[in-house]
This record gives sequence, structure tokens and C-alpha cells, in this order.
Amino acid sequence: MKIHALQIQDAAISGTAKKSRGPFLTPGARCALPVIVLLLLGFAAPLTAVIAYSFAEPHSFNVFSSFTFANYAEIFNTENTVWMSFLWSLSLAAVTVLILSVIAYPIAYGMVYVFGRWSGLVSILFVFPLFISENVRLYGWVLFFIKNGVFDGTLNLLGGSDAPEVLYSPGIILFGMIYTYLPYMLFPLVLGLSLLPRDVVDAAKDLGASRYQVWREIELPLAMPGFMIGLLLTFVLAVGAIAESKVLGGQSVIVLTHDIEVSFTYAQNWPLGSALAVLITLITGGLTLFMLFKLDLDRVLGRK
Amino acid sequence: MNQEQAALRTRTLLWVWTIFVIVVVYLPVVCSALASLTKSRYFLFPIRKWSFDWWDKTMASIEVSTLVKTSLMLAGSVTVLATLIGFFGALAFARYNWKGRSLFQKVVLLPIFFPQPVLGLALLLWFNALGLPLSWHTAVIAHLVWIAPVVTLVIAIQVYGFDPVVEEAAFDLGASRLQVMKEVTLPMLWPGIWSGMLFAFLLSWGNFPLSLYTSGADSTVPKWLFTKMIAGYTPMVPTLGTMSTLGAALVLSIGGVAVILARRRSN
Repeated sequence: MKIHALQIQDAAISGTAKKSRGPFLTPGARCALPVIVLLLLGFAAPLTAVIAYSFAEPHSFNVFSSFTFANYAEIFNTENTVWMSFLWSLSLAAVTVLILSVIAYPIAYGMVYVFGRWSGLVSILFVFPLFISENVRLYGWVLFFIKNGVFDGTLNLLGGSDAPEVLYSPGIILFGMIYTYLPYMLFPLVLGLSLLPRDVVDAAKDLGASRYQVWREIELPLAMPGFMIGLLLTFVLAVGAIAESKVLGGQSVIVLTHDIEVSFTYAQNWPLGSALAVLITLITGGLTLFMLFKLDLDRVLGRK
Repeated sequence: MNQEQAALRTRTLLWVWTIFVIVVVYLPVVCSALASLTKSRYFLFPIRKWSFDWWDKTMASIEVSTLVKTSLMLAGSVTVLATLIGFFGALAFARYNWKGRSLFQKVVLLPIFFPQPVLGLALLLWFNALGLPLSWHTAVIAHLVWIAPVVTLVIAIQVYGFDPVVEEAAFDLGASRLQVMKEVTLPMLWPGIWSGMLFAFLLSWGNFPLSLYTSGADSTVPKWLFTKMIAGYTPMVPTLGTMSTLGAALVLSIGGVAVILARRRSN
């Protein structure tokens, strides 16, 4: 009934719009226009420029006047070190996603089913860090782990032993990434779990399903859209992470984005940086599009 | 063990785990605050002499006040523009049933599912290729590419709960398009618009990767802190970081109250 009314009304509005403002744009399309223009100029165009530069001659600015695969060849040439940063970024991101799903799942479960009126406060506490720059939060960890810092100082006070050196190593970069991307995994999980009808779980329990069975057969499949969004979002953001390796890692590992930055700035090798950016865009864009076309966004966001 | 005991145990474990993670999340923020309250030039824990010296110095610094001004202008412009773009975007996303809607919904999400440092670098190349001089103005564009879609989503969630039949009734009663927008649509969507503005301001204020590559010689608070972290620690780094965090917390609380009030009024 409601949907019916909505369709009639839309038809009515687009009908009048057609009469008064020309037949080209419906109200929906007209409202979408500002976003579309912004994304064309600020997202599609820069990525197109990056693609064009990735086929230009290395170390040159001859975009459109030269065409070569040399930049891509250089990335996969094992005599260079660029492929290593590629591998580092992909593996760090994969491990981050795996560990985060284990950390975040119980919290998301608690926020949806257990914490009741406290879950509002818990979500604010997890949202707020998103509004503090990641470099500020990561630098707090430097102050914690550094020699004579909070951790070392506390250990000295308690037992006289020195804290282990953890800064400036690949392990601390991984830790920083897990720390930074926690909310991006947590909130999609909460969204997914809250899409799950409670009575289905209760019915399964009444019918004698074990806890594991409920989780395996009901919770996980029904919460899957949210779970997928969380996995994808954390992976995609973590592949491009740079602050963690710069602030905490002391560049003990050169990540992918760092290589792009060097090519675009000091090295002035735009074509090589562009080729790297194209590869990272292919990976993240491919995964994102694959997932977005599998999801019913209206259902996930509108809960109808 | 009976079922009730098992449930209680699960509940306790979930609480313990969640509180532990929250403590870890805020631990570095506390460390920064501690480092800002020391009197000495270098941070040594436990702190021997506590003082607000570095807070006074940071407050008095002309360099810092320029940074804060740039960050505020950037965040202010982004808030206004992102809210305008996002408001209409949200109507297209959730309100109208138009032909390209399903595709539009996916396109809007793409910049959110894209690593920000890579976006910043792509924009750096794009602005350079166009010959645009980099300043906080170009950073506004960079922030918008990421923040306008976020605001669109935030407002769209409010729009989903909005019944278009009310608009229809107003049209039937003879209201003009502008009147319907002003008297019906906007008041019902205010809570969403406020939340969108709040997100836009706070995300822009705290943004580091986009500002780093696209603001040129202009420095924002996060960008300046980063250059000092890499080379040249001064206790002003944790001090300004803590101030920025407290500022965000203040804006979030005031904004949160505004959203709650708007929600009450629109019901």
C-alpha cells in the first residue's frame, strides 16, 4: 500500500517535472547531479589521469604521447624492490582483516544482543576515535612503547626490568593497523547482526540446535552482508595504509603507498607511481564492485 | 552447569573483552595527555614534574593559531558543501525511485571503499597535471570526494525512515515545491542533516592522509603534527594532539545534543 502510494507520487512528480523542466532529468537524477559532478571531477578524472600516466615512458611526463608497459614490468621485475612493498601491503592487510574479525565479532555480538541500553555508549566510544587523526593516536603508542615511555617506565617502577623493544618493526605496524581499522570492522558487523531476526535464533534454539549450530547455520549466513562489508572495508583501507609504517614502523617496512608517494614526489617518476596506483585500484575497486553488486543496499541500510 | 549460569558467563566474558578493547583504544590518547603535562623537554615516565607549561606555550604560539585557523576554514567549508551535496545525494539515494538509482548507490560508495592515501596521491597528480596551485582550497575538494559520500549515506539512513505520503498530502493541499521542502521535507530530515554536518566537520578536522598530499604549503593540525613526529619532537606535539582531541569531543557532545533535540522535535 505504502509502496504503491510512493510510486504514484513519484510518477506524479516526475510527470510534472517533465512538463515544466524538460524531459531529460527526473527529480531523482537531478538530486544526484551534484554528487555525480563532484565524483567525476574529483574521483573519476584523477583515476583516469593515473591510468594514462601509468602507460607513459618511465621518468617522463609524456602522457598520451608515449605508450609502454615498462612501468608494470618494472614493478614485477624481481631485481627491484617494488614487488616487495606490494607483497608486504597485501599480506599485512590480509592478516589485519583476519585478526580484526576475531577481535570485533564478540564486541559486535555484545552490542546487538547483550549490552542493552549500554550499547549506545559503547558505540560512541568506538566511533569517537575515528574523529582523532590516526597519526595522533598512533603517536600515542610511540609514547607508550618508547624507551622511558609509559610502558618502560611502569615496568621499571614495578620490577626494575626494561621493556622489550617493539617499535620500528613489522610487528608493530601490524598492531597499528589492527588498532586503526577496528571501527571499520566493528560497525558493519553490528549492522549485519542487527539485520538478523531474533525469533529465528530463538526458534532454532527451541528446536534443539546447539550454540555452534545456531552460529554456523543462522547467525553467520544471515549476518553475512554486514560481515562482507566489514571484511572488504578493512582490507581495502589496510592495503593503502601508510601512517602506521611511517609513525610506528620507522619505515622498517616500505609499504605500497609509500612507494607511490616517493614516485610522485622526490623521485618525480609519475609513470611508475601511477602503475602502482592502478594495480592497487584494480584490487580494491574489483573487490568493492564485486561485493556491491551482490548486496541489496536498500535492505542493508534501510532495513525494510 | 545449567543454562542460566552459561548465559551469565557469556555475558561477563563479553563485557570483560569489550571493556579491555575500549581501554586499549584509549590508552594512546591517555599517553599523549600525560606527555603534554610534563615540564621537561623530553618525555620521561613516571613524570617527575607536572605542569601546564606546554599548554600555555601551545596556546600562545602564533604558528599553532595559523594551523588551527586553516583547519577550521577547511573543515567549515567542507561541512557546508558536503551537507548541501549530501542532502540532495541522499534524496537521490533513498527517496526517489529513478532509473539510475541502483547504480548511483554503488557509485557513491566507491570513494568510501578506497584507500585515502592513494586517493590523496591520485588527486596530487591530477591537480599537478592541471597546473592548479595546491593550498587548503584544493584540500577542500579532496576532503569532499570522501566526505560528501559519507554525508550522503548518513542522511540517506534518515530518508529511509521518511514517509513520502506526507509530502504528497502537502502537495494535494496546494503547497508549492518550495513550501513542501521548507515546511515538510526539511523539518523531518533535520536529525539526519545535523548528524551529516557533525560527521563532515569532525572527519575533515581530523583528516590526515588527504590533507597531507593535497594542501600544498598550507598546513593543517594533523599534517603539522605529522611533520613534527617524523622530525623534531617537542612536547607541543602531544599537547596540540590532546587539545585537538578534546575539541573534537566537545563538538561531538554539543552536536550530539543538537541531534537528539532535532529528533525529538521531528517526532
